[in-house]
Amino acid sequence: MATNQQRPLVPAQAGIQRPHDVRLWSPAFAGMSGGWTDLSGNNINHEIRMTFARSTLPADAGVGFKPQHLDGLLADAAPLGFVEIHAENYMGAGGPPHAMLAALRDRYALSIHGVGLSIGGLRPLDPEHLGRLKTLCDRHPPASFSEHLAWSSHDEVFYNDLLPLPYTAATLARVCEHVDAVQTALGREMLLENPSTYVLFATSTIAETDFLREVARRTGCGLLLDVNNVFVSATNHGTSAEDYLNAFPLAQVKEIHLGGHAETRDDAGAALLIDAHGTPVADPVWTLYEKTIARTGPLPTLIEWDNDVPDWPVLRAEAERARAVLRADVAARKDAA
Amino acid sequence: MSGAPFAAALLDPGRPLPVEITSHTARHPERRFAVYRNNVTASLIEALRARFPATEQIVGEDFFAATARDFVRAHPPRSPLLMRYGDGFPAFLEHFPPAAGMPWLADVARLEAARTRAYHAADAVPLGPSDFAAIDPATLGTLRVALHPSAAIVRSPFPVVTIWAMNSGTAALGPVDFDTPEDALVLRPHLDVTVTRLPPGAAAFLAALRADAAIADAAVAALADDAGFDPTAALALLIGSGLATAVTPAPEASP
Amino acid sequence: MTTKPALAAVLATSFAAALSLAAAPAAAQGSDKEKCYGVALKGQNDCAAGPGTTCAGTSKVDYQGNAWKYVAKGTCTTMKTPKGMGSLSAKAG
Repeated sequence: MATNQQRPLVPAQAGIQRPHDVRLWSPAFAGMSGGWTDLSGNNINHEIRMTFARSTLPADAGVGFKPQHLDGLLADAAPLGFVEIHAENYMGAGGPPHAMLAALRDRYALSIHGVGLSIGGLRPLDPEHLGRLKTLCDRHPPASFSEHLAWSSHDEVFYNDLLPLPYTAATLARVCEHVDAVQTALGREMLLENPSTYVLFATSTIAETDFLREVARRTGCGLLLDVNNVFVSATNHGTSAEDYLNAFPLAQVKEIHLGGHAETRDDAGAALLIDAHGTPVADPVWTLYEKTIARTGPLPTLIEWDNDVPDWPVLRAEAERARAVLRADVAARKDAA
Repeated sequence: MSGAPFAAALLDPGRPLPVEITSHTARHPERRFAVYRNNVTASLIEALRARFPATEQIVGEDFFAATARDFVRAHPPRSPLLMRYGDGFPAFLEHFPPAAGMPWLADVARLEAARTRAYHAADAVPLGPSDFAAIDPATLGTLRVALHPSAAIVRSPFPVVTIWAMNSGTAALGPVDFDTPEDALVLRPHLDVTVTRLPPGAAAFLAALRADAAIADAAVAALADDAGFDPTAALALLIGSGLATAVTPAPEASP
Repeated sequence: MTTKPALAAVLATSFAAALSLAAAPAAAQGSDKEKCYGVALKGQNDCAAGPGTTCAGTSKVDYQGNAWKYVAKGTCTTMKTPKGMGSLSAKAG
């Protein structure tokens, strides 16, 4: 059956297909007991959530840290607001990775971005990996921790990619459990990032924006809005990125990602964008970003450039462009006030 | 997620797409699913390439990519810590028929794997010459030495250090006498990883020290391993390279 | 375990020689050329621990892997000695 042929990624009316008898198990948090709450409860675990350390990244531009940029970052006369690292690269016992982080932390807020938890995986999260994450966050306390709405491990194998999920009630319950587990283990709010996807699941019943809104509502997590991922997925699924952003729970967004994509063709010759992070941010993505900031106000904004990494001045200029958008928004709001 | 069928199809291009995978343009979007297949395999090959650059230099890009792909298929990672991925790659190379003409290749890969482990190993402050100068020479033989957590020894019946150096930009490339055995010490006393060719018997000396033998017993073991063992060279290494982090008296030392 | 007197004497002599060797400037390797924070290990791409979406070589289609010839074409041919030890052109798989 060609279910997804015509189905828009984002329904015009965001009506979530929600089983009425689903209840959410909230595990015990530090010093507090867990319990069941119903799905429609507006006050679930309100007090408990307050015990999490909130994301405190500055509403400024930041970059994904690459060791070759260390000198440039440390010598910068007008330093950016933050740097982001892939958590798994810093899970060794010692050596240069930790020395570099220690040096950076004097000048930059730190965002730790996990790429290996497999939040959407079928199994419970790996307690050993959660422990390593906790160790890292204790050693280099971050202003924010984030992960992806995706899976990367199955049956003991780690696939090293952010793989897509069918958006169903079962997936939703599982993702919420896993987000709870992360926030409990770290004692921090986590931000969940929208993915770039290349295929759809015929079994999906929930729009991605509704899915993310519901995870945030149930778990109290924040969201990381990757505007490039929005553009990539919308293009790949023949939907509107603007509609997606209109349906996105922007109030929960605590950080924005911008990155470059590559373009190829799918089986039918249609444009297929790949979240490759090897080029500058594309112009339509900048436009979407500006529109988003106009609605949300300034947000911490990361430039991701992971392949064919340019020299520091090039990356710095890309971050400066995001910073200009943020500053223009501050000025516009001041004028309006 | 669709679980097993999705996962299985990732590493095996011969398998069909999971039935529920679709797209707005094609019901069975092979090329779209191939993006995931490619990301998985290419990124894991890339992880191996990053860890074994000299090995790749020796065999060339195509051979390395093909070999790495075979390894990825046979031994996908079990952990999201890719810094450790490829610990089994040297052993794989050892039994990889197309590499049979390069019996020394696996040891070069062992040396490279040890370098990455040293890079991420725990930090420790090494003892320097002044610390050793304070030791009473008469008690030296009874002392135990704690080696730096980053220290690793790679022993080879082939000139592994020479081959590695030629293929990592630290020595000029030229003909190699493959009959010369070499032992390597990999170490990161501070932040830079160093590779040192060990003098005869020193590998056995250090291995004994690591097993908590006293210095005199380690020297005996080293002499048994290689009659050419030179205690002066071995001790100079211990004192000057940042290899030792603590020197302690024998537990049963008595008056 | 006690040290044999002869060995102890050898070690004491060696130790004195080793100390003077290590105290010589040439032996103080490493620390003075050490960078402040250490550089990334050559070839140690920070990307290596990232997910495919951020690190995969998307331009390189690398998942099919058929029709490879498995003939090494790197420096192994240059390192080959005239006497031909370790014939380096690998046997095709």
